[in-house]
This record gives sequence, C-alpha cells and structure tokens, in this order.
Amino acid sequence: MADTNPFLPVTSSGYTHLPDESHQTNAPVIRRRRPFKEHLIVVIGLLALGLFVAFIGYKASSNGHVHDNENGSFQALSREPQTNPLVSRGPTTGVSEKANRVRGPKSSQHASRGPAAGVSEKSNLVGNNLRSYPWDISMLSWQRTSFHFQPEKNWMNDPNGPMFYKGWYHFFYQYNPKGAVWGNIVWGHAVSKDLINWMHLPLAIVSDKWYDINGVWTGSATILPDGQVIMLYTGCTNESVQVQNLAYPADASDPLLINWVKYSNNPVLVPPPGINDKDFRDPTTAWLTAEGKWRIIIGSKMGREGIALVYDTNDFKTYEIEGILHAVPGTGMWECVDLFPVSTEESNGLATLANGPGVKHVIKASLDDDRNDYYAIGTYYDKNHTWVPNNPSIDIGIGIRYDYGIFYAAKTFYDQDKERRILWGWIGESDSEAADVKKGWASLQSIPRTILMDRKTGTNLIQWPVEEVESLRVNNTDFDRVEMKAGETIPLDVGLATQLDIIAEFEIDKEALDKAVESNETFSCEGSGGAAERGALGPFGVLVLADETLAEQTPVYFYIVKAKDGFFKTFFCTDKSRSSEATDVNKQIYGSFVPVLEGENLSMRILVDHSIIESFAQGGRSCITARTYPTKAIHEAARVFLFNNATNASVTASLKIWQMDSADFQIYPNDATRQLSVFTSILILAAYLSCIEKFIW
Amino acid sequence: MNIFLLILFFIFPLRGIRPAPIIQLSNLIDQTCKQTPFYELCTSILLSNPKSADADIAGLARIMVTSLDSKASDTLDQINDLLEDTLTLDPATQQALALCAERYNVILTGDIPQTIAGLDRGNYKFAQKGTNDAALEASACEKGFPSKRKSPINELNKEVRHISIVAAAIVKVMIDS
Repeated sequence: MADTNPFLPVTSSGYTHLPDESHQTNAPVIRRRRPFKEHLIVVIGLLALGLFVAFIGYKASSNGHVHDNENGSFQALSREPQTNPLVSRGPTTGVSEKANRVRGPKSSQHASRGPAAGVSEKSNLVGNNLRSYPWDISMLSWQRTSFHFQPEKNWMNDPNGPMFYKGWYHFFYQYNPKGAVWGNIVWGHAVSKDLINWMHLPLAIVSDKWYDINGVWTGSATILPDGQVIMLYTGCTNESVQVQNLAYPADASDPLLINWVKYSNNPVLVPPPGINDKDFRDPTTAWLTAEGKWRIIIGSKMGREGIALVYDTNDFKTYEIEGILHAVPGTGMWECVDLFPVSTEESNGLATLANGPGVKHVIKASLDDDRNDYYAIGTYYDKNHTWVPNNPSIDIGIGIRYDYGIFYAAKTFYDQDKERRILWGWIGESDSEAADVKKGWASLQSIPRTILMDRKTGTNLIQWPVEEVESLRVNNTDFDRVEMKAGETIPLDVGLATQLDIIAEFEIDKEALDKAVESNETFSCEGSGGAAERGALGPFGVLVLADETLAEQTPVYFYIVKAKDGFFKTFFCTDKSRSSEATDVNKQIYGSFVPVLEGENLSMRILVDHSIIESFAQGGRSCITARTYPTKAIHEAARVFLFNNATNASVTASLKIWQMDSADFQIYPNDATRQLSVFTSILILAAYLSCIEKFIW
Repeated sequence: MNIFLLILFFIFPLRGIRPAPIIQLSNLIDQTCKQTPFYELCTSILLSNPKSADADIAGLARIMVTSLDSKASDTLDQINDLLEDTLTLDPATQQALALCAERYNVILTGDIPQTIAGLDRGNYKFAQKGTNDAALEASACEKGFPSKRKSPINELNKEVRHISIVAAAIVKVMIDS
C-alpha cells in the first residue's frame, strides 16, 4: 500500500507515530530517496526476467532438434549438395570459376530455393494455361506421407540398429543433415511406443572421428542378456577404408538412449587380407554360439562372388575371423546382410540365438548390383560356421526377394516384448533429384512388417504390416461381392482416397478358368504391357491414386496364366506406367509370381499413403512397394476404382476399405515439456512482480 | 597458286607442332568404352585427358565425371545467357529455360558431388544414382520445351545426357567387376 504522504519527514532513527497504528511496523519505508536507482532495478529486473523466459523458451524448442548441426562437428565436405545455389563451389573442387554463376531473370528466387520455399514464386510465372511445368507446391507437398516414418526433412537411407529397449522401440537411420541427396551420413534416431507414432530425438552418432569422418554407415544393435546395449557400425575412414566400430549408450538408465559413446580403441575390425577396403560393411546383430562366444557376420565379395564373413568375439572389442558362412557366385557385393531364425512350427518370432529342430535360418543380402533385397531359407551349422540353403536353385541373390518394388537395405530385429520378428526396409524415391531438392526431403521407411515362415508353402516368408498400423483405421466402407464383367471399371466411393487401407478378395469365374487356353507364355510383370494388356484371365484388381478421368492411375492387380500342364500361375503386379503425367518419374511395372494354394481365394492388401503404395498378396507371400508422383490424382481428386480388364472372365470382388488417420510425429523435448517451461517462467515473473509491487505503486 | 601452296606448307607443319597430348588407346580405355553405349564419345573424352594414361577404371570414371561437370557448367552458362535475352523469348521457352536452370543446378550441386562421394568412398550405387539422375535431369530439361521445334540447347542437353550415360555405364562396369 503506497504511502499517500510522500513528503512526511523521515528521520533515520524513527518515525512519526500516528495514533491507532500498530507499533509492529517498524521497517523504515524508503520512498523516493533515489527514485532513479529504484526504477533502474525494476527495469533491469524485468529485462533479466524477460531474457530468462526467452532463453527457456528457446532451449525448450531447439534442444534436441534433430536437424541442426549442434550435435557434432562435421568435416565440411567440399560441396554443399543443396540449399544455396549461389554459393561458389570453388576451383579446388575441380570446377572452373566460370560455372559458379547461377544468373536467372530473378536471382532472388534462386537464392530462396530452400525446402520451405518450394516453388511458389515460379508457379506465379506460369498461369493456368501452361501445364508443361509439372511440379508446383501443391503436388510436391502432397507427396509427403502421413503414417510412414520419415524425418522432418532431408535425405534418409538404410534402417540402423532397430531394437526394443526399456519400453521403447528404437529406430536409427542413415541421415544427411545437410540436404536431400546422399552425403555427410550420420545416424538419426527416433523412438516409439507402437512403431507408428514417433518422437524424433537428437542425432545419435555423428562423424567426428578419423575412423568415421567420411560416413557413419549402417550397423546393428545387440542387447546382451544382462541388458547392455552394444552397437556395431561401419565407419568410412579419412582414407575411405570401411571399418567396424563399437559404440554404446552413454547412460544405460536413460530409456530414450539419447547420448552415445564411441569405444576409445575403435575401429574394432578392419578389412581382412584378401578383402577390398571398400567391400567390408554393415555388421549384423550378434548371437551366442554353442561355445559361448558372440558371433556376427559381415557381407563382402571376392571377385564376383557375394560372401558373408564370420567373426567371433567375447567382448565385442577383439575378434577372430572364423571364415565364410556362405557364398553365391555372380551375385556381387552383399550389403546389409542379415541372418535370423524362423520357426517352422510356431507363429511367433524367434530371438536371434534360437536354433534347433523346428528352426530354420534365413539369410538375406542387399545386392549392390541391382539394388534389391534377396533372401533364402536354409540350415545354419553353428559348429563349422556355415549355412546351407534348402533349395540351392533359389539361393541368396538368385531367388526370392523381400519385395518386388523399391525396398532395400532391409533389417530385422527381435521384438522381445511381443515375441515377434520385425522387418524394416528403406524405400527410396523414384522421382528426379531436382524434385527431391525442391521438396526438401527424400526417402521413407516401409511400415514395419512382422516376418514369419510361410508354413503353408514352406518356401516363402510372410510379411505383414504390424497390427499397430490398424489403430489408424477410421471410416470403414464395405463392398460385398461386386461382380465385374470382362472390361469393366467400377468407381468405389470411399471419400478422401490418399490415406487408405484396402483389403480385397477376388474370385474369377470357374468357367473362364476351365475354358482358358494353355500356353507356354512366359509372363513377367515388368516385361508386360501393364494393366492395359488384356489376357483371358486378367489383369484385374484395384486402381489407386487414380483421378476421375483415369488420366493418372496406379493399378495393383492379379494376372493369371494357364500353363501347359493345366496348372495356373498367378502374378501380382503394380503398374506405374500411367501413375503420373510427369515425365521425370520412374514408370516401371513391378511384380512377381505368387504361389496360390488349392482352395485359396486371391487376396490383396494395399496401404496407400500419398506417394507410397505398399501391396501384399496372399497374406504377405509376395509384396510390392511402389512410389508414385501423380500431378492430378492428388488431394481430393484421388479416387479408387475396381477393374477387370480380362477379355473372357468375369470377376467377383469383396473389399473392406478404411481411411487412415495420420500418425503423430513429435520432436524431443515434446510439447508438454515446453509448456512446463513456459508455465514456470510465468510463475517466476508473477512472483517477481509481486515482490516489486511496492516499488511500482 | 603459289601463294596458296605456300600457305598450305605453313599450315600443315603448324598443325604438327601443336602440342596435342598423344595418348595411346590403351587396352583398359578400349575395353571400358566398349561397355558403354557411346564408344567414340567415351574414348574421345578419356583420350583428351592426360590423366587417363595411367588411370585405373575408377580413375576413368572420375575423368568422365569431370567432363560431365564441365559440360553441364557450359550448358548452365548458355541457359543463363539465353534467359537474359528476355525480349525475344516466348513465355513457354522462357519458362522451360528457367526450369532447365534449376535442373542443371541440381546436376552440378547434387548429382555430381553425390557421384564423386560415392566413387571415392566405394559406395558405387550412389555414384550410379548420381549419373543416372544427371541423364534424367538433362532429358527432362529437353522435354520441357514446346514440342514443335528443338530447344535452343538441344545439342548441349544431348551431350550432357550422353556423357552421363557413359559415366553410369563405367560405374556399372566397376560394380560388376
């Protein structure tokens, strides 16, 4: 309460005692002795408080931003792959100085061509009558997915070190913090409770040592029986030699495993004699041998033969090379090798050290030569560190693929929480790099898939999107027994059609099957004319990301051929040839033969999520992942159709179609922490104000 | 007539004196170029660079990429020169040229660095991706022009495309060996 008589005389020893006033208040009221000083204190205090609040707010929002360079010192590479085209690339990089001018009619537009700017300025030049400029901001921004894993921006490739630890699914990935093309590779990191909704964390491992200065490349996690986490990864050294390094969590009690420490005596493995410096990468998860040692394998090649090298260790620091697990001539370099057990009897996944009757082992390799992932099922012999395929004619690299579209560098891990084995696969872009640079990002991960032996055929693995993805399903529409005559196309009204989960079953009429002429036609999806090439018994299926006029469409379909012996061969394809009117995107047709057993209906599942389409036939016996970049069939203009393009057969289809909600992608620290910081700041401000209240009034 | 002969006498020796680098068509260059779709383009580029004399196949790939870099730079310069001449350009051509400038920028700052990084670090699939994309960007640039007539940079686009394809083929030979 302010003193209303500021000019009452005040002596240093006492005060004028007023009648009826309490004698307790004996604190001298210092009033306006030095008004300037008081005001200064108040102002400085408020300023300091303001700065403090701002600081808290800044730290809360930028702490843990994945995509700043704060987490490590990067060796500045001689080229920045993107962002500012006006930066001189310099004569030392082998380019004449003359090339450094990017003069355009509006140079300011070039300078602003970062990920956020998109192409908005350019499209203003166009006007609606000039369709020859395909990529505008609406088309490009639509391409970003809503429930597939991807970082906020920039380039991603191989999945790394996936595991379940202290209640969280951990996912690491090859990442370029500086641009939307490959380069400057480090490990990104994210965590999830359900493999669908994610929290992005700070970069886990950066390239700050001589042994990984040219790249922190792919690696795997091993969780020891006592709970310790071991991470082995490939480093590209300052001389571009590929070596293996050991890293572990800085704080094992942190369930988010934010900080990592590199072993002080890295590298723990260098290329052995006879192996090229550039052919030695991607160490696997380790498993215990019968002798009690930990064993890993590393892919490589000798001449044109792809091989897997076997190493044993007791402590992950010193290793003995045991030999070669298996080799297949003509397959070239084996990248991202994976070895894991599958049960031939149960329907759950197996931990990596499982062995014995009822267990077979799968080896998978990513072939550098053709950029596809191949697997083979066989028997692992622990004692003499070898592995033999069940069927040598479909050995690793010459047999079955995980996926017949774009799917590479895949890696499995054992989810000990739900007792399943889960597969991650890197899905690259199939558009031009210019588009990637313009939209500011490149690559996705597949929806994680459970992976099991297909006990019905005994020759295939079954992959199926993890059940958690079904939590995104909303707005179910059922189509029951829709009959399609030969040549019919039927629109399916499901509302917004860019995020969908489609399950479809097809029955082709028996008469047509019987009447069909046998042929020794050797059909292949990629060599065919796609969904437009009509046969007696196909193609028939679903058109996704199609516009109303069908100028753009992506058919996912079956095609049946009657072979000379009267047996039917079924093919499952995804046809991108008319997926987009753009001229600079890939328009291949993907697919393969899929085994269909007696009594089985033809069934497919399709996950549509903007520019990615993941398709599964016969419960996951054959999979196709495709990237499409429509220019018209986007946003509300995208539609779904049923089609039967066979010449002679009618087909009955039943479908369940759900729209899919978007997944949640948070940045660490999450919003709750940020709100808490702001709230605390306000409290402090209020407390401070109440303290200086007396000075103000 | 005499003057003409005199001139001839002087011109031919001068051509002989000019210090052109004489590199033997080595077995490696011959074998490598035979595995590309444009043998003559491949050999002429490699033979005109002195470093090809004792380069291994990775070195030959690097030389090809350097040549691609140089040709792409020249093309971008040409595009920029054309764009400055705004008075004579129709809107469709102007727009196509502007788009080409962006694409060539990606070739120079994205594809080529990625290719070099891939070659240096032994991650050849990224080298292949970079060279393939360079061909795609040049091709897309050409297709962006109004279709009635050839673009003003048709020859340059073609050369860039061909050099990219040769470079990609050499990288494939490296992968396959």
